Amino acid sequence: MSSPPLVAGNRLQARGLSLGYDGRTVVENLSLDVPDGRITSIIGPNGCGKSTLLRGLGRLLRPMAGTVTLDGVPLARLSTRRTAQLLSVLPQAHTAPEGLTVADLVSRGRHPRQRWYQQFSGADEHAVHRALEATGIAEFADTPVDELSGGQAQRVWISMTLVQDTDILLLDEPTTYLDLAHQVEILELVHRLNRDLGRTVVMVLHDISLAARFSDHIVAMREGRILAQGPPGEVVTERLLEKAFGLRARIVPEPVTGRPHVIPLARAAAPR
Amino acid sequence: MNPLSATPVAETGRDAVRAAPSPAVRPFRSVRALRAGPVSIRVHPRTVAVGGLLIVGVTAAAAAHLAFGGTPIPYIQVLTALTGGATEASVHLAVTEFRAPRMVAAILVGACLAAAGAITQTVARNPLASPDILGVTSGASAGAVAVLVLAEGGAAGLSGPAATVGMPTAAFTAGMAAGVAAYLLAYRNGIDSYRLILVGLGISGLTAALTTWMLTLGDVTSAAQALTWMMGSLNGKDWALVTPMAAVAGVLLGAAVLCGRWLLPAALDEDTAIGLGLRLGLVRVVALTLAVLLAAVATVVGGPLVFVALASPQIARLLTRAPVPPVTVSALTGAVFVLVADTAAANLLAVPLPVGVATAVLGAPYLIHLVMRSQRRPL
Repeated sequence: MSSPPLVAGNRLQARGLSLGYDGRTVVENLSLDVPDGRITSIIGPNGCGKSTLLRGLGRLLRPMAGTVTLDGVPLARLSTRRTAQLLSVLPQAHTAPEGLTVADLVSRGRHPRQRWYQQFSGADEHAVHRALEATGIAEFADTPVDELSGGQAQRVWISMTLVQDTDILLLDEPTTYLDLAHQVEILELVHRLNRDLGRTVVMVLHDISLAARFSDHIVAMREGRILAQGPPGEVVTERLLEKAFGLRARIVPEPVTGRPHVIPLARAAAPR
Repeated sequence: MNPLSATPVAETGRDAVRAAPSPAVRPFRSVRALRAGPVSIRVHPRTVAVGGLLIVGVTAAAAAHLAFGGTPIPYIQVLTALTGGATEASVHLAVTEFRAPRMVAAILVGACLAAAGAITQTVARNPLASPDILGVTSGASAGAVAVLVLAEGGAAGLSGPAATVGMPTAAFTAGMAAGVAAYLLAYRNGIDSYRLILVGLGISGLTAALTTWMLTLGDVTSAAQALTWMMGSLNGKDWALVTPMAAVAGVLLGAAVLCGRWLLPAALDEDTAIGLGLRLGLVRVVALTLAVLLAAVATVVGGPLVFVALASPQIARLLTRAPVPPVTVSALTGAVFVLVADTAAANLLAVPLPVGVATAVLGAPYLIHLVMRSQRRPL
């Protein structure tokens, strides 16, 4: 398989982006270039606007100010359908009707490419098969999604974004509610999608060490702004954690890959 | 660093995966399609089978409805009368002018209410969200009663254009207004199904109170006429009302079946639905408008029949084991439901009852079951 693309345009860009709900601003005047063909992780404390930013990048939220552009075209000018052909979004919380089977749900990822008379073509069927193979849940194809475990269900939803067959994937906390083994499994999957299929990935992650390990680019946020961004080794520092999370921590190179690893320090016992 | 390299590499990588010899594709058991050239239509075999059986069911129930809609008439005579063969004049008149329009009305009312229910339950992602709960039917009642009482039909009751045009129009308009009000009041950055149901219940309560108040204003005859209408009755429906309404219902049902393709994506969470390219706001407005129109048409014909819209789609869902109630099968289920309820109401007791009594008796236990179940597991 090919190595990750050596860079790096920025097809997806935000300029002066402000986002919010009901007039309350969550993300303010933010600019970001998403590196193509790379894995970008957004980290930051609860409520800092990570998910809001991801929703803005995915055209799920209309900007209060500023623009998000894809290949230079403002997303606001693209139709919902066209957007869905270019980027796919995995929301943080998702619901499916009871009894909906894995294959049926995943096949809905083809919706943006279908017409009313093209509801499930042979190509669609192939795509669903490939996605289920790629995520390792082919055996559950005809099982209702609500009967699966959290990790399996999460892979179903990721499969749905895969059959959408877009160059850009936006994943909002793809590892929530999963135990460590499943978190790693999902992130390995994301890594493979990026490495083997060249997909650009932007994801929101809570675990900074995992983010550092699996990402090429880290965006650290606090209170709706970007504090720092760059390769994990440059961004994930003790100073940044103090600034972004108010957390005192040691950063050690993690023994397997040498990427930064966070050792949080108990506040009282912090040696300073 | 070649800025152009990103896309070609990505394409190559993907092509490599695409070109990889994929194992012979085994069709999914749960997702089937009929394909011919560029056309592929999703088919759920069980839904098709259930639909076929229900068409037989509707035919049988309609035959029973005609035969037992009063003094029993043998099936063979019903058939002869319908096909224009030689029968007694009284039998011919009874079948073609009294019972046939009532039978068509029963099918129309059941199909429209059930289709409306299937749409609202799917779009609101809640099996409790049916037009009767969302205020449409009680709104239509208020409109109809307003005309009955305020037009002052006098001792003879309402008649003439006020009855044939005024009352249906008022019922229709008020039902639409109540449905739209529920939707608008419940809207806040999207539609939350519980908020929609609570607002709908509030509007239902409000319009019911308004109806009761109007009943006290009118004279006894109008009030009695209004009360009969409010029970939900198919009694005395003639072709003059049924024919135009059936035409409208046919168009609306066709549109409802067509918009069925959007219903499953719309039943997913909002971000996923929009992420799949669905214009969710538009889909909801179109779907709910269709649902309100369908419910209003049904209410104009049959009065505020309870539980049909609530129960039929869920019965259809259980029969077909589909994740969301299919519109067509729901409509057929509703038609059977109302035909059977009307036949039962006319025959089971010494005095013929309005069909609304039968649908309530059949449907109320189901609502209780649904509420108890929904408390045990989150919807």
